Amino acid sequence: MTIGLNHYLILSAVLFCIGLYGALTRRNAVIILMCIELMLNAVNISLVAFSSYIVPLLLTGQVFAIFVMVVAAAEVAVGLAIILAIYRGLADIDTNNINLMKW
Amino acid sequence: MGLAITFWIMAVVTVAAALGVVFIRNVFRAALMLILCFIAVAGIYITLSADFLAAVQILVYVGAISVLIILAVMMTREVQRGSPANKMEIPAAVVAAVLLGILIYTVTNTPWNIAAEAPLSPTTVPLATKLFSESGFILPVEIGAVLLLAAILGAIVITREK
Repeated sequence: MTIGLNHYLILSAVLFCIGLYGALTRRNAVIILMCIELMLNAVNISLVAFSSYIVPLLLTGQVFAIFVMVVAAAEVAVGLAIILAIYRGLADIDTNNINLMKW
Repeated sequence: MGLAITFWIMAVVTVAAALGVVFIRNVFRAALMLILCFIAVAGIYITLSADFLAAVQILVYVGAISVLIILAVMMTREVQRGSPANKMEIPAAVVAAVLLGILIYTVTNTPWNIAAEAPLSPTTVPLATKLFSESGFILPVEIGAVLLLAAILGAIVITREK
Protein backbone atom coordinates (compact mmCIF):
# COMPACT_ATOMS: atom_id res chain seq x y z
CA MET A 1 0.00 0.00 0.00
CA THR A 2 1.62 3.23 -1.13
CA ILE A 3 1.47 6.37 0.96
CA GLY A 4 -0.35 9.24 -0.75
CA LEU A 5 -1.41 12.77 -0.01
CA ASN A 6 -4.59 11.58 1.75
CA HIS A 7 -2.61 9.71 4.42
CA TYR A 8 -0.73 12.86 5.40
CA LEU A 9 -3.87 15.01 5.36
CA ILE A 10 -5.80 12.55 7.54
CA LEU A 11 -2.87 12.33 9.98
CA SER A 12 -2.86 16.12 10.10
CA ALA A 13 -6.64 16.20 10.72
CA VAL A 14 -6.36 13.65 13.55
CA LEU A 15 -3.54 15.60 15.20
CA PHE A 16 -5.47 18.88 14.84
CA CYS A 17 -8.61 17.43 16.43
CA ILE A 18 -6.65 15.96 19.35
CA GLY A 19 -5.10 19.38 19.94
CA LEU A 20 -8.49 21.09 19.63
CA TYR A 21 -10.06 18.72 22.17
CA GLY A 22 -7.17 19.32 24.58
CA ALA A 23 -7.25 23.09 24.18
CA LEU A 24 -11.01 23.14 24.84
CA THR A 25 -11.07 20.82 27.85
CA ARG A 26 -7.86 21.18 29.86
CA ARG A 27 -7.76 23.66 32.75
CA ASN A 28 -3.99 24.03 33.16
CA ALA A 29 -2.90 27.02 31.03
CA VAL A 30 0.47 25.43 30.15
CA ILE A 31 -1.31 22.32 28.81
CA ILE A 32 -3.58 24.56 26.71
CA LEU A 33 -0.49 26.20 25.18
CA MET A 34 0.99 22.76 24.47
CA CYS A 35 -2.23 21.73 22.70
CA ILE A 36 -2.06 24.88 20.56
CA GLU A 37 1.47 23.84 19.57
CA LEU A 38 0.04 20.45 18.55
CA MET A 39 -2.52 22.16 16.32
CA LEU A 40 0.16 24.34 14.68
CA ASN A 41 2.24 21.21 13.99
CA ALA A 42 -0.78 19.55 12.39
CA VAL A 43 -1.22 22.52 10.06
CA ASN A 44 2.49 22.40 9.21
CA ILE A 45 2.23 18.71 8.26
CA SER A 46 -0.59 19.43 5.83
CA LEU A 47 1.27 22.44 4.34
CA VAL A 48 4.40 20.38 3.72
CA ALA A 49 2.35 17.49 2.30
CA PHE A 50 0.59 19.84 -0.14
CA SER A 51 3.95 21.32 -1.06
CA SER A 52 5.57 18.01 -1.92
CA TYR A 53 2.58 16.37 -3.65
CA ILE A 54 0.88 19.24 -5.55
CA VAL A 55 3.71 21.71 -6.35
CA PRO A 56 6.88 19.65 -5.80
CA LEU A 57 9.16 22.13 -7.61
CA LEU A 58 7.90 25.36 -6.03
CA LEU A 59 8.37 24.69 -2.27
CA THR A 60 5.74 27.33 -1.40
CA GLY A 61 4.19 25.16 1.31
CA GLN A 62 7.55 24.72 3.02
CA VAL A 63 8.07 28.49 3.05
CA PHE A 64 4.64 28.88 4.68
CA ALA A 65 5.56 26.19 7.23
CA ILE A 66 8.70 28.18 8.13
CA PHE A 67 6.58 31.29 8.74
CA VAL A 68 4.15 29.26 10.87
CA MET A 69 7.16 28.15 12.96
CA VAL A 70 8.29 31.79 13.37
CA VAL A 71 4.84 32.84 14.56
CA ALA A 72 4.62 29.78 16.83
CA ALA A 73 7.93 30.69 18.48
CA ALA A 74 6.76 34.27 19.09
CA GLU A 75 3.40 33.01 20.35
CA VAL A 76 4.88 30.53 22.82
CA ALA A 77 7.33 33.13 24.20
CA VAL A 78 4.62 35.74 24.82
CA GLY A 79 2.09 33.12 25.99
CA LEU A 80 4.40 31.64 28.60
CA ALA A 81 5.36 35.16 29.73
CA ILE A 82 1.67 35.94 30.25
CA ILE A 83 1.17 32.67 32.14
CA LEU A 84 4.13 33.44 34.41
CA ALA A 85 2.82 36.99 35.03
CA ILE A 86 -0.62 35.58 35.93
CA TYR A 87 1.04 33.03 38.20
CA ARG A 88 2.96 35.79 39.96
CA GLY A 89 -0.20 37.80 40.55
CA LEU A 90 -2.78 35.10 41.32
CA ALA A 91 -0.56 32.12 42.35
CA ASP A 92 -2.72 29.99 40.07
CA ILE A 93 -2.79 29.00 36.39
CA ASP A 94 -6.14 27.18 36.45
CA THR A 95 -8.19 28.78 33.68
CA ASN A 96 -11.40 28.32 35.71
CA ASN A 97 -9.99 30.65 38.39
CA ILE A 98 -8.54 33.29 36.06
CA ASN A 99 -11.68 35.38 35.63
CA LEU A 100 -10.51 38.94 36.27
CA MET A 101 -11.80 40.08 32.87
CA LYS A 102 -15.16 38.29 33.11
CA TRP A 103 -18.20 40.56 33.48
CA MET B 1 7.99 0.15 0.97
CA GLY B 2 10.49 1.56 3.44
CA LEU B 3 8.79 4.92 3.09
CA ALA B 4 5.43 3.40 3.98
CA ILE B 5 6.83 1.63 7.04
CA THR B 6 8.51 4.86 8.21
CA PHE B 7 5.31 6.80 7.67
CA TRP B 8 3.19 4.38 9.68
CA ILE B 9 5.69 4.24 12.57
CA MET B 10 5.95 8.04 12.70
CA ALA B 11 2.18 8.50 12.36
CA VAL B 12 1.42 6.06 15.20
CA VAL B 13 4.07 7.65 17.44
CA THR B 14 2.75 11.16 16.63
CA VAL B 15 -0.88 10.35 17.41
CA ALA B 16 -0.02 8.34 20.53
CA ALA B 17 2.20 11.12 21.87
CA ALA B 18 -0.48 13.73 21.12
CA LEU B 19 -3.05 11.64 23.03
CA GLY B 20 -0.50 11.44 25.84
CA VAL B 21 -0.18 15.24 25.92
CA VAL B 22 -3.95 15.58 26.34
CA PHE B 23 -4.69 12.69 28.69
CA ILE B 24 -1.62 12.24 30.94
CA ARG B 25 -2.31 13.73 34.37
CA ASN B 26 1.29 14.68 35.22
CA VAL B 27 2.08 18.00 33.50
CA PHE B 28 5.82 17.32 33.24
CA ARG B 29 5.22 13.94 31.56
CA ALA B 30 2.79 15.62 29.19
CA ALA B 31 5.57 18.04 28.22
CA LEU B 32 7.89 15.07 27.56
CA MET B 33 5.20 13.49 25.35
CA LEU B 34 4.97 16.79 23.47
CA ILE B 35 8.73 16.58 22.73
CA LEU B 36 8.27 13.01 21.47
CA CYS B 37 5.45 14.24 19.24
CA PHE B 38 7.69 17.01 17.80
CA ILE B 39 10.46 14.49 17.01
CA ALA B 40 7.97 12.20 15.25
CA VAL B 41 6.67 15.16 13.22
CA ALA B 42 10.29 15.80 12.13
CA GLY B 43 10.32 12.18 10.91
CA ILE B 44 7.11 12.86 8.96
CA TYR B 45 8.86 15.81 7.28
CA ILE B 46 11.73 13.54 6.27
CA THR B 47 9.30 11.11 4.61
CA LEU B 48 7.98 14.13 2.69
CA SER B 49 11.58 14.90 1.56
CA ALA B 50 11.58 18.21 3.46
CA ASP B 51 15.03 17.79 4.99
CA PHE B 52 15.64 21.44 5.93
CA LEU B 53 12.25 21.69 7.66
CA ALA B 54 12.99 18.52 9.64
CA ALA B 55 16.24 20.08 10.90
CA VAL B 56 14.43 23.33 11.75
CA GLN B 57 11.71 21.33 13.54
CA ILE B 58 14.35 19.63 15.71
CA LEU B 59 16.21 22.92 16.40
CA VAL B 60 13.23 25.19 17.06
CA TYR B 61 10.60 22.88 18.55
CA VAL B 62 12.63 20.17 20.27
CA GLY B 63 15.47 22.52 21.18
CA ALA B 64 13.86 25.83 22.07
CA ILE B 65 10.09 25.68 22.49
CA SER B 66 10.11 22.53 24.62
CA VAL B 67 12.76 24.08 26.89
CA LEU B 68 10.52 27.14 27.32
CA ILE B 69 7.50 24.95 28.11
CA ILE B 70 9.44 22.83 30.61
CA LEU B 71 10.71 26.06 32.22
CA ALA B 72 7.11 27.24 32.60
CA VAL B 73 6.10 23.84 34.03
CA MET B 74 8.91 24.10 36.58
CA MET B 75 8.09 27.71 37.53
CA THR B 76 4.43 26.87 38.20
CA ARG B 77 5.08 23.75 40.23
CA GLU B 78 3.13 24.66 43.34
CA VAL B 79 -0.24 24.71 41.62
CA GLN B 80 0.17 21.47 39.74
CA ARG B 81 -2.63 19.15 40.67
CA GLY B 82 -2.37 17.30 37.40
CA SER B 83 -4.27 18.69 34.45
CA PRO B 84 -7.96 18.41 35.34
CA ALA B 85 -10.64 18.74 32.69
CA ASN B 86 -13.34 21.39 32.82
CA LYS B 87 -17.09 20.86 32.42
CA MET B 88 -16.97 21.08 28.61
CA GLU B 89 -15.55 17.58 28.11
CA ILE B 90 -18.48 15.99 26.23
CA PRO B 91 -19.36 19.02 24.01
CA ALA B 92 -15.66 19.45 23.14
CA ALA B 93 -15.37 15.75 22.25
CA VAL B 94 -18.45 16.05 20.03
CA VAL B 95 -17.06 19.18 18.33
CA ALA B 96 -13.66 17.57 17.74
CA ALA B 97 -15.21 14.34 16.40
CA VAL B 98 -17.57 16.23 14.05
CA LEU B 99 -14.68 18.38 12.78
CA LEU B 100 -12.56 15.27 12.24
CA GLY B 101 -15.38 13.62 10.29
CA ILE B 102 -15.88 16.70 8.10
CA LEU B 103 -12.13 17.00 7.45
CA ILE B 104 -11.71 13.32 6.52
CA TYR B 105 -14.82 13.42 4.29
CA THR B 106 -13.54 16.53 2.49
CA VAL B 107 -10.00 15.19 2.08
CA THR B 108 -11.05 11.82 0.70
CA ASN B 109 -13.64 13.28 -1.70
CA THR B 110 -11.52 16.05 -3.23
CA PRO B 111 -9.79 15.21 -6.55
CA TRP B 112 -6.29 16.53 -5.83
CA ASN B 113 -4.04 17.42 -8.78
CA ILE B 114 -1.11 15.22 -7.82
CA ALA B 115 1.97 16.40 -9.72
CA ALA B 116 3.99 13.89 -11.68
CA GLU B 117 7.43 15.23 -10.76
CA ALA B 118 9.39 13.91 -7.82
CA PRO B 119 9.94 16.52 -5.09
CA LEU B 120 13.28 18.34 -4.92
CA SER B 121 15.61 16.28 -2.80
CA PRO B 122 18.01 18.74 -1.08
CA THR B 123 15.66 21.60 -0.28
CA THR B 124 18.03 24.00 1.50
CA VAL B 125 19.33 25.92 -1.53
CA PRO B 126 15.93 26.22 -3.31
CA LEU B 127 14.33 27.34 -0.03
CA ALA B 128 17.00 30.00 0.45
CA THR B 129 16.54 31.35 -3.07
CA LYS B 130 12.77 31.30 -2.52
CA LEU B 131 13.04 33.15 0.80
CA PHE B 132 15.71 35.75 0.06
CA SER B 133 15.35 36.55 -3.65
CA GLU B 134 13.87 39.82 -4.91
CA SER B 135 10.81 38.11 -6.37
CA GLY B 136 10.45 35.77 -3.39
CA PHE B 137 9.45 36.19 0.23
CA ILE B 138 12.01 38.76 1.41
CA LEU B 139 9.38 41.17 2.81
CA PRO B 140 7.67 38.49 4.98
CA VAL B 141 11.13 37.45 6.22
CA GLU B 142 11.81 41.02 7.37
CA ILE B 143 8.37 41.24 8.98
CA GLY B 144 9.07 37.93 10.73
CA ALA B 145 12.28 39.36 12.14
CA VAL B 146 10.41 42.41 13.48
CA LEU B 147 7.72 40.10 14.94
CA LEU B 148 10.35 38.04 16.78
CA LEU B 149 11.98 41.21 18.15
CA ALA B 150 8.60 42.50 19.34
CA ALA B 151 7.84 39.12 20.95
CA ILE B 152 11.19 39.08 22.80
CA LEU B 153 10.70 42.62 24.09
CA GLY B 154 7.09 41.87 25.06
CA ALA B 155 8.06 38.73 26.94
CA ILE B 156 10.78 40.61 28.85
CA VAL B 157 8.44 43.49 29.75
CA ILE B 158 5.61 41.17 30.85
CA THR B 159 7.74 38.96 33.09
CA ARG B 160 9.95 41.71 34.55
CA GLU B 161 9.89 42.16 38.33
CA LYS B 162 8.44 45.50 39.32
